[in-house]
Amino acid sequence: MTLTQADIDAEIAAEHAAYEKRVADGAPVEHHPRRDYAPYSSSVLRHPKQPPIAIDVTKDPELVELSSPAFGERDITEIDNDLTRQHTGEPIGERITVSGRLLDRNGRPVRGQLVEIWQANSAGRYAHQREQHDAPLDPNFTGVGRTISDDDGFYRFTTVQPGPYPWRNHVNAWRPAHIHFSVFGSAFTQRLVTQMYFPNDPLFPYDPILQSVTDDAARQRLIATYDHSLSVPEFSLGYHWDIVLDGPNATWIEEGR
Amino acid sequence: MTKIDTSRPENVLPTPSHTVGPFYGYALPFRGGEDIAPLGHPDTITVHGYVLDGEGKPLPDALVELWGPDQDGNLPTADGSMRRDPASGDFLGRNGVEFTGFGRIQTDADGHWYARTLRPGARGRNAPYVSVCVFARGLLVHLFTRIYLPGDDAALAADPLLAQVEEPRRDTLIAAEEGNGTYRFDIRLQGEGETVFLEFQ
Ligand SMILES: [Fe+3]
Repeated sequence: MTLTQADIDAEIAAEHAAYEKRVADGAPVEHHPRRDYAPYSSSVLRHPKQPPIAIDVTKDPELVELSSPAFGERDITEIDNDLTRQHTGEPIGERITVSGRLLDRNGRPVRGQLVEIWQANSAGRYAHQREQHDAPLDPNFTGVGRTISDDDGFYRFTTVQPGPYPWRNHVNAWRPAHIHFSVFGSAFTQRLVTQMYFPNDPLFPYDPILQSVTDDAARQRLIATYDHSLSVPEFSLGYHWDIVLDGPNATWIEEGR
Repeated sequence: MTKIDTSRPENVLPTPSHTVGPFYGYALPFRGGEDIAPLGHPDTITVHGYVLDGEGKPLPDALVELWGPDQDGNLPTADGSMRRDPASGDFLGRNGVEFTGFGRIQTDADGHWYARTLRPGARGRNAPYVSVCVFARGLLVHLFTRIYLPGDDAALAADPLLAQVEEPRRDTLIAAEEGNGTYRFDIRLQGEGETVFLEFQ
């Protein structure tokens, strides 16, 4: 069975309507996708059917998950946050600067933690062997970056604008341009892998991965803001994107006592 | 908006999770990600298994992260899991001396993963365990679980989490001993024998 975009659109609309109804009936706002989201076909066999077992972290400060791995200067090199300097030549594409803060649910900066990114090149091709999209590879662009958040929680990357790319979820499936992010908090419970999008991408409504975030306001939080003050004269356009880590951490426990 | 005004707590809302996708393999795994224990440490154990989908098929594109205490139950504070060479930018691997407690392993083409780490020590009232976070294409939000080791029945019986889980499912959290300090721990995302996953509140 080959699904068309119209089939996927109908499924996305049904999921969205079901969510709106849940909220209207008093269910809480959902900040994250449900793991069971049919329009993204790979999720069908890969989500648990049993509900997770809840652990109240306020009852036990000894939990391993209330701490987080440490990363330091040894784990990154000086140019890891500049994806345009990792090869002998210049990558092709519009240069961009992406910066923002890593925050916890209390709005406090998450300091000294690892922020990793990966992305397609400006033609929409990943430097991954299994990638079959026939857009050109760029010998001067790998598309991997790392940095450590500073004392105010800020991270900053220099890269090129990634291109949109096709995938095989359904016929004519295209991913809006995005940068993948992997971040750590001060507790392992705050671990987050996500994707940052660019403003006004016409592909947003068609993409089951973005639409898996059924809450409209939550989805907006995945889209960076163009920030002229981050643009570097004669060099790059700036985007601002703050990341708020969910999941309890030890500072919550201190407050709860 | 994505510039968060932290002076208004009602605006500080979580960034949604997304799948790791299929193409993280050249970005996230690092050399020595599976070799967490210091070289030659007498308390080293090997943990290995498959990540399986709802049809029992192994996932060749899952990413398993491990985070655990040392043999005395202390939480590591050392960085250096993914040490880099400042000249070439390559991964140097761990130094073999310090224990960072963190591992990251991509399943191989057979859906199999393994890690060598320290046998975790107990913390508080909990039986010893290693925390696990699973990512995969198709998984919109990562999954947390734990690896407990068999042997100390009294400690396992007293563990607050294991006590919350009904009997047949409880065993999905306890690795199977295979001798020589090797333990098998399969992660079943869905269906029969589905692994118990955790939610922290
Ligand atoms: Fe992608």
